[in-house]
Amino acid sequence: MERKIRILIAKPGLDGHDRGAKFIARALRDAGMEVIYTGIRQTPESIADTAIQEDVDFVGLSLLSGAHNVLFPKVVEELKKKGAEDIIVFGGGVIPEDDIPFLKGKGIQAVFTSGTSINDVIDFINVKMNEKNR
Amino acid sequence: MKKTDNLIENIKSGDIRSIARGISIVENGGYEREMILQGVYTEGHSYIVGITGPPGAGKSSLIDLLINKFKNYFKKVAVLAIDPSSPFTGGAILGDRIRMQRHTGDPDVYIRSMASRGHLGGISGATKDAIKVVSAAGYDLVIVETVGVGQSEIDVVKLADTTVLVLVPGLGDEIQAMKSGIMEIGDLFVINKSDRPESEKLATIVKWMVDEHYKEKKYKPPIILTSVYKNEGIEETARGIISHKDYIYENNIHAQKIKMRIEDDIRGLLEGKLNSFIEHHIKYPERIEQWVEKIYNGRSTPFDIVKDIHENLIIDVKEKI
Ligand code: B12
Ligand SMILES: Nc1nc2c(ncn2[C@@H]2O[C@H](COP(=O)(O)OP(=O)(O)OP(=O)(O)O)[C@@H](O)[C@H]2O)c(=O)[nH]1
Ligand SMILES: [Mg+2]
Repeated sequence: MERKIRILIAKPGLDGHDRGAKFIARALRDAGMEVIYTGIRQTPESIADTAIQEDVDFVGLSLLSGAHNVLFPKVVEELKKKGAEDIIVFGGGVIPEDDIPFLKGKGIQAVFTSGTSINDVIDFINVKMNEKNR
Repeated sequence: MKKTDNLIENIKSGDIRSIARGISIVENGGYEREMILQGVYTEGHSYIVGITGPPGAGKSSLIDLLINKFKNYFKKVAVLAIDPSSPFTGGAILGDRIRMQRHTGDPDVYIRSMASRGHLGGISGATKDAIKVVSAAGYDLVIVETVGVGQSEIDVVKLADTTVLVLVPGLGDEIQAMKSGIMEIGDLFVINKSDRPESEKLATIVKWMVDEHYKEKKYKPPIILTSVYKNEGIEETARGIISHKDYIYENNIHAQKIKMRIEDDIRGLLEGKLNSFIEHHIKYPERIEQWVEKIYNGRSTPFDIVKDIHENLIIDVKEKI
């Protein structure tokens, strides 16, 4: 039986830029994944709860407002608190290169800024999925 | 102890992670699915409400508001919201949840989005299984939101104790829908977006159809005008669902529905087992290509080949008895 990849695309905080998140959601659907999109203005806590209820393999966060250094790590923390640290968190949006090492240190496993090809995102997901299944 | 035993125990204790994992397992099918279903098999322990209607009618928005009302009648509410899978890529965007997201932190509400995965009929093949998982976990109300349906996708009626058909004014195909027998599927008719013009007119048409169709029946579906925007008609809808629930309990209809589902369960399981047993016995995978070739070359027909297989199978069975 082929196991479907399930993924939550979420926007934490007050940022209203949702074009990127919707673009990614559609692209991942077109790559055959099941994508849950919960819209803007989500708290890190509700993102973690949603990820657990939906049994997703990945949470992809999108943020263009500049609050990523605070909000991205909070989602990872919430998942850990709820015993779901195996769910892989990654993100994208308007994020300065200099912040990426910090975010990776906080458990954000990849960051895709504007201009990244969707194929890179899909490759990342597939590689992680294979690691998980082993 | 098997790997799934632990998971089944945790599902029954209401652990969210385990419930969610259990649903994924029944969705993905195979041997593990059967282990889980055997462990959680329950019938009749939770009340099941199906919400169906055309795309964008406001099904998810109504469920969002109904959840609060149902808190007076049920302890725990599970929502299974089905959206269509792309027939080309198999992928899906599951967006029903967006309308109900404020319930996410509530420990008494569980929301799960499911893709239809190629199943026609407005639900997914695993919806029935997912209902069993949440029932075993103690959710005494399960709400199933179907894919936005056309006229023939009414599978939810078989799984639901009460089916709510949500209609909206201005789609232009109301009459069409009624012609095709959709009148028979609603235990309640909700006319949403009543803040919009033409909803009274639609209500009149529906009322006329219902009066006509249910003339000699004991139960007559109510027609309720709702507006999510104005928060109107929601209480009436909840009460209408509860009235229908009382009606089917009092008249022994609920028990009949459950028995029908049990029969379906047996048939489905048996067919699956018999199919794989017989396919194995007649060496289907090894021989199918050869059969196709033979027919393609004009040396046989599907009827002759199947007749042959069938006769041999009967001989084999008789020898064993
Ligand atoms: C369009 C736009 C708007 C539109 C938004 C429309 C909408 N519904 O999305 C409007 C006009 C409403 C708007 C408003 C504002 N904006 Co504006 N906006 C932009 C602009 C020009 C483009 C954003 C965009 O849509 N790009 C197209 C999408 C497809 O690209 P993307 O989101 O970057 O996504 C790509 C990648 O980042 C990545 N990605 C994104 N998310 C994710 C998630 C995952 C999981 C993955 C894998 C990848 C990924 O993949 C995508 C495809 O490559 C940017 C400038 C810029 N160059 O980014 C400013 C920008 C984001 N806005 C900005 C600002 C300040 C604002 C306002 C505060 C302005 C104001 N003072 O009112 C408001 C705030 C609105 C709000 N409620 O939050 C700033 C943010 C500054 C910062 N981060 O420090 C920017 C960077 C402009 C700037 N240079 O100053 N904005
Ligand atoms: N005017 C008006 N709009 C409504 C009402 N209820 C819902 N809507 C809007 O209708 C749109 C669709 O609502 P949903 O709740 O997503 O509808 P749905 O039937 O679940 O849609 P699908 O699941 O995609 O078939 C949204 O933009 C809602 O805000 C209502 O009572 N009045
Ligand atoms: Mg919906």
